Amino acid sequence: MAFEGLTGRLQDAFSGLRKKGKVTEADVKDVMREVRLALLEADVNYKVVRDFVKTVREKSMGEEVLGSLNGGQQVVKIVNDELTALMGSEQEKIIFAEPGQGPTVYMMTGLQGAGKTTTAGKLANYLRKHENKKPMMVAADIYRPAAIDQLQTIGRDLDIPVFSMGDQVSPVEIATKGIEEAKAQNRDVVIIDTAGRLHIDEKLMHELEDVKSAVNPHEIFLVVDAMTGQDAVNVADSFNEQLNITSVILTKLDGDTRGGAALSIRAVTNKPIKFTGTGEKLDAFEPFYPDRMANRILGMGDILTLIERAQQEVDEDRAEEMAKKMRENRYDFNDFIEQMDQMQNMGPLEDIIKMIPGMNQMPGADKLEVDPKDMAHMKAIVMSMTTEERENPELLSQKRRRRIAKGSARDIAEVHKLIKQFKQSKDMMGKMSKGNMGGLDKMFGGGVKGKLGKMAMNGASKSNNTHKKKKKIRRKK
Amino acid sequence: MGLFDKIKSAFTGTEKKEEPEVSKVSELSEDSDVSEVADVTDVPEVSEPTVAKELTSEPISDKPLADPYEKGLKKSRVSFTRRLNELLANFRYEDEEFFEELEDLLIESDVGFEATMYIADTLRYEAKVQNMRSMKDAQRVIVKTMVDMYGETNPDHHVFNENKDGLTVVLFVGVNGVGKTTTIAKMAHQYIEKGQKVVLAAGDTFRAGAIEQLRIWGDRVGAEVVSTKQGGDPAAVVFDSIEMAKQSGADILLIDTAGRLQNKKNLMNELQKMKRVISREIPDAPHETLLVLDATTGQNALNQAKIFKETTDVTGIVLTKMDGTAKGGIVLAIGKELGIPVKFVGLGETMNDLHPFDTEKFASGLFKELIAQTN
Repeated sequence: MAFEGLTGRLQDAFSGLRKKGKVTEADVKDVMREVRLALLEADVNYKVVRDFVKTVREKSMGEEVLGSLNGGQQVVKIVNDELTALMGSEQEKIIFAEPGQGPTVYMMTGLQGAGKTTTAGKLANYLRKHENKKPMMVAADIYRPAAIDQLQTIGRDLDIPVFSMGDQVSPVEIATKGIEEAKAQNRDVVIIDTAGRLHIDEKLMHELEDVKSAVNPHEIFLVVDAMTGQDAVNVADSFNEQLNITSVILTKLDGDTRGGAALSIRAVTNKPIKFTGTGEKLDAFEPFYPDRMANRILGMGDILTLIERAQQEVDEDRAEEMAKKMRENRYDFNDFIEQMDQMQNMGPLEDIIKMIPGMNQMPGADKLEVDPKDMAHMKAIVMSMTTEERENPELLSQKRRRRIAKGSARDIAEVHKLIKQFKQSKDMMGKMSKGNMGGLDKMFGGGVKGKLGKMAMNGASKSNNTHKKKKKIRRKK
Repeated sequence: MGLFDKIKSAFTGTEKKEEPEVSKVSELSEDSDVSEVADVTDVPEVSEPTVAKELTSEPISDKPLADPYEKGLKKSRVSFTRRLNELLANFRYEDEEFFEELEDLLIESDVGFEATMYIADTLRYEAKVQNMRSMKDAQRVIVKTMVDMYGETNPDHHVFNENKDGLTVVLFVGVNGVGKTTTIAKMAHQYIEKGQKVVLAAGDTFRAGAIEQLRIWGDRVGAEVVSTKQGGDPAAVVFDSIEMAKQSGADILLIDTAGRLQNKKNLMNELQKMKRVISREIPDAPHETLLVLDATTGQNALNQAKIFKETTDVTGIVLTKMDGTAKGGIVLAIGKELGIPVKFVGLGETMNDLHPFDTEKFASGLFKELIAQTN
């Protein structure tokens, strides 16, 4: 997951500070030197870093920090607040045309290889799913071979119409005709995919201006690769100057970039980041929340995104039923498979785990890798069980296990392991849910200020036991 | 309120507060935006007004220069050298602020984080040990450190490994959107110009339109393309292409692969499998495994190089999009830490814009004037 490297460095920087009660000026200075290096190493623009460090240093020098008993915590809080401010504080919503004003028009722009075409598809899919829109995509990249073909294939996969006129017609004409066509087909959102271009290519930048003035878009998205280095600011600045872009979409955030571009672009262009691309699949696309991202960068997890993803993938009634089953100890292999599928839909397991506050500080958490194939193997084993065996794991005798191993083409040891793990987690679930589910929200409650938030901030080793239990459950799923 | 909303509200504290807050912010955002702009643009300009203007007023290309390196790097060189001199003019050997400014300057010039810290730390050390006072001394140390670093990044084996007696197999790997397919097209074109027979393997069976893209390029440059349908097994394409290249007596086989982020374990395994297939069919192949890197990429390029090297034993780097404003300084760190040489650079959109990389030209392009001054 993106930002991890930055998180690690910042936590190292704060580790000494957290243990301190009173903080001296020299402490703050030392920490800020480390923070500066951490940000520079993460590709945050050097000017942004300079201002950031200055602001935090000034705020940390105040009496309430230096004089207080938990000064270290307060410095961390100031860094968190400033990081959030740097990325734009609040999540900004996508702009739509006023009702009755015809279709909403969006333009995708950016350098070559930033991910405009894929993002166009993801955005269309997102708007249909979450905003109840009827999007149409327009293929105005006439330069890159097969770019039109690419958009058409994405459109086919998503079942969203794509308008194209081949690569011999000017982008301006394609865009204008595309909007006419959208009106005729009663589509309410038009997403225009344009060719990637260098920000210093005057001729092609001019072409974008022409498209802009011809279609008068409601949003011009600048699509930026999250791995971009110091050059991100040059690129964003030029595009903004020439086109007056309205917002930014960050792509490839599922890599292991430290994400400096995310921190710099907003500060330099003053244009909000509205969405992020987080995976290869066409539904790996999320709104950007500066506060959540700041929490994630500081290693405090991102429980809200986790819940929202669950909300998207899991049917609530089924989830309540499942919880009831767990309480009554009726949880079986069918539920196991169902949950596993849901988990997989929520994204890579290692990412999900890291959204849990405090998890990323677990020793070894950074090395935790889950091969999707392992999940497939587990599924194969369960699928080789009979209906009765799935509902009643007690039936699984040695003989049956051998049959299952053969049926799923897995080693018998793997079958034993899975069944054992299943029983263990079933026991634990029974205990947890019989205990006090009510206590759970006390544990999670109050966001960063809550118990878990504090654990994350302190990185306290005494709470490791609770973490470990949790991790076990997650792993098994 | 559903189950999930309940859980969510447990975290946020209150669930009803959120909505009015959002609308309030959108009203207020205009005001706060204005003040933010002022903040951001003011501060840097105060500290170095001449510099900011230098950068923007510099024409993008004065005249078409004969040497593509000169052309690409001229802009950065002039401003870098002048600014370094300005900075050194107030060399304060004991002042941490001076070193921080130097670091900022190097980082902005895209020298890369590691290289920057190495240069600055060397100067810090030398300033203490040699008790340096003058600007000339400081300049000498900086230049020497830089030149040494370039020396280290210039391994002897930067020549492209061609199989003289038969088929040369080249595997292209890299993250998404770096320009693998375009680079293959350029390279195919250049080999065909030299009168060689080229086969292309459409090993990117994942991205929509990737196969079609390579096919169009194949038609344009006159190379045979081996492919399967989208979603097919890339290792099978690799196998077929090797068979086909052998049978048709081709000189060079260029294998395209799907872009993949280096932290995706299963995708990296898939790449390893493709490589195994190649080596099984032709024992000393692939003769080159080229990692394609986007010059605009920042520090992450180091991670890319490291993990791709671990999984596919990368033998060289192709640095693309060098015609933009990025200088690709990160290749210094890659060369220093991993010893992977840059073998080609992409300097433009046309078929002839792929050039063999020349470390000395690259280095002197950045620091020529500086070195000349101190000699």
